[in-house]
Amino acid sequence: MIKLTLPTTPDEIRKLKAGDEVSITGVMVTARDAAHKYLVETEGEDVRDLLKGSMIYHCGPVVRKGDDGKYTFVAAGPTTSIREEPYEAAVIDKYEVRGVIGKGGMGGDTLAACGEHGSVYLSAIGGIATTLAQSVKEVLDVKKLEEFGVPEAFWVIRVENFPAVVTMDSHGVSLHDQIEKKSRETYDKLVK
Amino acid sequence: MDHKELTGHFLELIRRASTVVPPDVEKAIRQGIENEGEGTTAASTLTLLLENCDKASDASTPICQDTGALYFFIDYGPDYRQKQLREAIEEATAEATANYYLRPNAVDSVTGKNSGNNLGAGTPIIHFHERDEDGLRVRLMLKGGGSENVSLQYKLPDGRLKAGRDMDGVRKCVIDAIFQAQGKGCSPGVVGVGIGGNRDTSYSGAKEQLLRDLGDTNPDPELAKFEAQVLAEANSLGIGPMGLGGKTTVLGVKAGAMHRLPACFFVSTAYVCWAYRKAFMSVKGSEVSYD
Repeated sequence: MIKLTLPTTPDEIRKLKAGDEVSITGVMVTARDAAHKYLVETEGEDVRDLLKGSMIYHCGPVVRKGDDGKYTFVAAGPTTSIREEPYEAAVIDKYEVRGVIGKGGMGGDTLAACGEHGSVYLSAIGGIATTLAQSVKEVLDVKKLEEFGVPEAFWVIRVENFPAVVTMDSHGVSLHDQIEKKSRETYDKLVK
Repeated sequence: MDHKELTGHFLELIRRASTVVPPDVEKAIRQGIENEGEGTTAASTLTLLLENCDKASDASTPICQDTGALYFFIDYGPDYRQKQLREAIEEATAEATANYYLRPNAVDSVTGKNSGNNLGAGTPIIHFHERDEDGLRVRLMLKGGGSENVSLQYKLPDGRLKAGRDMDGVRKCVIDAIFQAQGKGCSPGVVGVGIGGNRDTSYSGAKEQLLRDLGDTNPDPELAKFEAQVLAEANSLGIGPMGLGGKTTVLGVKAGAMHRLPACFFVSTAYVCWAYRKAFMSVKGSEVSYD
């Protein structure tokens, strides 16, 4: 298990290889569909400084608001990343994001952006929402809550030992492509 | 049963569906761990799924943060009315959201505004069936968006798949849908298959198949054979848990057939993620039981 602290640098990220298991500690920001559209279409003033050197977590959490007004993550697994493929390469470039955490993998544009800028894509296990919420130690802030709603807002979170696996590295290797290619051999025999 | 009591039972049904893994799903995941073998990434991923389910049920928090769309299938006797049931369900749904058993999941498609309580146009989804016997039988499924996005509909014949209008053509469609999904629908999932029908009934027929017990056998011997074959073939694809490789790509395949128009032959797949959340409730007089 490789310990990774946020914020980080392209040099640190380039040391990671597809298949590496990592444990992440530091501040990251959730962002999904509405957030990605916003990041590409605006200058993202609300989150620009937070994203630099940090990671985006594709996650639409269940969040409890306490009587004191403080938020706590109740359930927070990853959402399917491929929906953000039209935006992610531009987001990595524009906001100097060092990592994207989600599930299911992403496409060629994101893989190329990871190589160009020194970033990675990491997979968290989908559906283990209560477990992953326990890695979120503190909700520091939330942006665009009114406009985007709970699942789609930017939640600024401090995580400790958040478990993930590098599945697309900055050297052009995607485990998702490898599995798909291998499964295609069997698929061709079954279907064609 | 008065409105308040009925609403309370629907709330408990939603809580159970969101936070407790159904026994047939747990059993299938355990079988997957055995098949994958100790020390594999696939086995350790499946083990983490069950650990998460234990934590969720202990804390009464959602197994998955995408608590999905709510599908109620209700058989009701002469002592109940649809309007009364709908009101109780809507109230329970809003309360379940306030209690964090559900994520606010209803977004206005025109304005983009989240309603905040899971109520809105077309949600929750309720299928009513009238019956002669007094009381209620309620089956609830929570189905997340990731798996909904990888559900597909085919029209036979399909040139790309070389799939004709027969059961082998249907088989090719289902294998194709599972292949295309890879790990994106949170594999190992369960695939409901709707054979025939029209655009809408084919999809909803596929979805209703998901309410069957994973361990059951299709009463139609032809479909039972089909389900076993597709399950074995799908698990030979090597996609595995979360699409990261392994022998456990799907936990089950459940198929149902409907008559079709001579001109139409639809095949629909309803993929549901491994976090296959369903809960059932029976009401007889003042007696309520959950299963």
